[in-house]
Amino acid sequence: MTGWIRVCALDDIAPLGSRVVASSQGDIAIFRTAADQVFGLHDKCPHKGGPLSQGIVHGNAVTCPLHGLKIGLKDGEAVAPDKGCAKTFAVKLDAGEVWLQLK
Amino acid sequence: MKKQKLVVVGNGMAGMRAVEELLKLAPDLYDIAVFGAEPHPNYNRILLSPVLAGEMTINDIILNPLGWYADNGIRLHVGKLVTKIDRVARKVVAADGTEEEYDRLLLATGSTPFMLPVPGNDLPGVISYRDIKDTDEMIATAATHKHAVVIGGGLLGLEAANGLKLRGMDVTVVHLMPWLMERQLDKVAADMLKASLEARGLKFLLEKQTEALLGGESGRVAAIRFKPAPGYDPGDGLEIPADLVVMAAGIRPNTALAESARLHCNRGIVVNDTMQTYDPRIYAVGECVAHRGIAYGLVAPLFEQAKVCANHLANFGIARYTGSVTSTKLKVTGIDLFSAGNFMGGPGTDEIVLNDAAGGVYKKLVVKNDTLVGAVLYGDTADGGWYFQLVKDGQNIRELRDQLLFGQNHVGDGGHAGVSKAASMPDEAEVCGCNGVCKGDIVKAIKSQGLFTLDDVRKHTKASSSCGSCTGLVEQILASTIGGAYTPADAKEKPICACTDHSHGVVRQTIRERHLLTIPGTMHYMDWKTPDGCATCRPALNYYLISTWPGEAKDDPQSRFVNERAHANIQKDGTFSVVPRMWGGLTTPAELRVIADIAEKYQVPTVKMTGGARIDLLGIRKEDLPKVWADLGAAGMVSGHAYGKSIRTVKTCVGAEHCRFGTQRSMEMGVKLEKMLFGMGSPHKVKLAVSGCPRNCAEAGIKDIGVIGVDSGYEIYVAGNGGIKTEVAQFLCKVKTDDEVKEYSAAFLQLYREEGFYLERTCHYVARVGLDHVKAAVVSDPLTRKALYERLLFALKDYADPWREAVEKPAVRREYQVIEIREAEVVS
Repeated sequence: MTGWIRVCALDDIAPLGSRVVASSQGDIAIFRTAADQVFGLHDKCPHKGGPLSQGIVHGNAVTCPLHGLKIGLKDGEAVAPDKGCAKTFAVKLDAGEVWLQLK
Repeated sequence: MKKQKLVVVGNGMAGMRAVEELLKLAPDLYDIAVFGAEPHPNYNRILLSPVLAGEMTINDIILNPLGWYADNGIRLHVGKLVTKIDRVARKVVAADGTEEEYDRLLLATGSTPFMLPVPGNDLPGVISYRDIKDTDEMIATAATHKHAVVIGGGLLGLEAANGLKLRGMDVTVVHLMPWLMERQLDKVAADMLKASLEARGLKFLLEKQTEALLGGESGRVAAIRFKPAPGYDPGDGLEIPADLVVMAAGIRPNTALAESARLHCNRGIVVNDTMQTYDPRIYAVGECVAHRGIAYGLVAPLFEQAKVCANHLANFGIARYTGSVTSTKLKVTGIDLFSAGNFMGGPGTDEIVLNDAAGGVYKKLVVKNDTLVGAVLYGDTADGGWYFQLVKDGQNIRELRDQLLFGQNHVGDGGHAGVSKAASMPDEAEVCGCNGVCKGDIVKAIKSQGLFTLDDVRKHTKASSSCGSCTGLVEQILASTIGGAYTPADAKEKPICACTDHSHGVVRQTIRERHLLTIPGTMHYMDWKTPDGCATCRPALNYYLISTWPGEAKDDPQSRFVNERAHANIQKDGTFSVVPRMWGGLTTPAELRVIADIAEKYQVPTVKMTGGARIDLLGIRKEDLPKVWADLGAAGMVSGHAYGKSIRTVKTCVGAEHCRFGTQRSMEMGVKLEKMLFGMGSPHKVKLAVSGCPRNCAEAGIKDIGVIGVDSGYEIYVAGNGGIKTEVAQFLCKVKTDDEVKEYSAAFLQLYREEGFYLERTCHYVARVGLDHVKAAVVSDPLTRKALYERLLFALKDYADPWREAVEKPAVRREYQVIEIREAEVVS
């Protein structure tokens, strides 16, 4: 595996919270779940472009702050019956550090 | 562990709804087998009428296609009639010999049409109206024969008659009783209905008892003969031609199988509140059931039963079915008819009636002991859903009484061009102004997706899911599309969201009684179904905890909507707006200079006045927010709560300070109130206004609290609303001094904070609990008022300026910082 970039310490993200990473591929939202899993999504809701990083995180999903679409953190897919998909980015946790892989 | 076996006898709407509910709760608990006597997967029986009328096809009304059974691992035996239950060996046997063993058995055998016991009732051409086979036969007969007779002038009979007429037959409805739909309508409404159906070409013979059905030469039914009534004139014909006779004279619970297994039946399979029969391994739901002596024939109660049954099959064991109030809507396109509850009245009841025969509108409301107990509506059913809700909730209507007949929507709803009657709307009319959803979209979704509830429609179409002002319209569209299947949600009992079965009221009460202090603790104690809730329940729980236990429960920023987490108002492009605080709407040249400097420094694209008369700086990037607040703070200013479920602003007129008409110093009063309430969180936003005289330039009449100065003191009004639904504030009391205004206002707001449900505005809160309840606590009882006032001051005493914290505390400031990465430094 190549191309991993260090983002921040896990503790820099609140549990059930997120941080925004500025990248050459646009803003990326990094989420931390209650179980301390981390996920990365393009910070734009497939519905009307809302910043997903500002939504409420629950389970393995985030609710967009603009119109309430629920987006799965693992695959970026909107929870049915809504449709749409946010681009995902590989994110991993290693020794308390969060790493991101740009495609 | 080996899965338990669940066998379902009956592949109809009740049985499959129970299975669906069960799969939601415990998808892997059972190995499931389903028997259905009909050769079809589960379909929406209610929509057979539109199929007959040619408005839909059979494929449109399939609820669970064959693939659904396969996807959920359900063994489906279609076209197999179960003939035997062996309770000792715990197995069922079908007519063709197919057997399934069970650990639990669910009977959902539905009902059978009642065939009049008259000679000729077995002739070809004599059918009931129950299933796809009957419907197909009616459609086929309409193409080849002329005369149809429908026996029974109830809901089903009229829908059958209407459909046959639309298919080109000459249709006569024969009814034993003096008026149509006597179980749902009073005589006035029924006569209006009859006239309207006659205008469409249907014929009616009332108070006629069938004596025999007569066969013709082909062996098929050819005529119907009636018994001579008392005073019969021999000149009247006793026979009319009939090539098709549809029996719609009622249904009987289908209990034959249960009885053969010696399960206790009494006009239905007798079940308890957990939907168990006298054999606790055997459950029963649907039209075959007698619960507390009642067998229900409408689908809404069956769905409630299915939910309770699933809860027990899933071993949750917390749900009970306690019976249903039902409502009826006739699904004949273009006829608006609604009835609910006890619509006939009787001793101890009053009737409120509007009867406009020429205009084709009739409304009757039956009232008993200040509650609405029943309603019949003809011609204008716009408020059917609302009346039904009032009947179900048993809400006290004393204060509404003089306006009750005019409905809920006679004032103030915006967003759908003032239209309040769904039936008359064309398909392309916009229903939901927020999400651009037209009537046709909603009807299509209801039919093609098999939707039954308001929540379903919201999820699939987004209609009514934003501001909610079109909810009444959407409910009407739902009601007119699916008729009796529709039941409005019970607001008091409605769960907060899909994460829990508990309502707002129960959660509030439990948090108080059990001294719960954290969100995870509350979720654990109250058996939440999800590990950390959702964006609906977490903000509600957070509010209930910190408002019930101020100083003890800790605020959870991650359970707040972004505006309250970021302390600014998110905009459509992800930027934020900042509204600098101007106490009471007062400012100074120096403050205006600071605001102007900030607008230039951060290149604020839009500067405008808000509805609350404050200056709004729109389009600020999130990472700039702490800098903006630092600049405001350096000038001795503070930002404003223009975004939260909290105190927003106190709007004022210039008052006695300047105005030649002013009687009180309204600006000063407004500043005192806004300072007192600084940082007050609440179930929903709270807006105040203070006017210096009854000319009321501060528009206090549409605020949560409106204070109007008069020469002798102040009048206090509460529960007004200028938003989605314009609601005029109600007079609470009159007081003399500024301190009294503060005390009474604070007491009212604290009561609302303690009793309001999350996202319930003061107008809805007061409508729910009644103004008398508010007056009893805030006006008549000084001790209670003072205690409420003290509790509000206690809750506010430690409120920390959130904007200063964002500037000064690194851990808080992190929320606003974007992480920069160096993409060149890639680690291999």
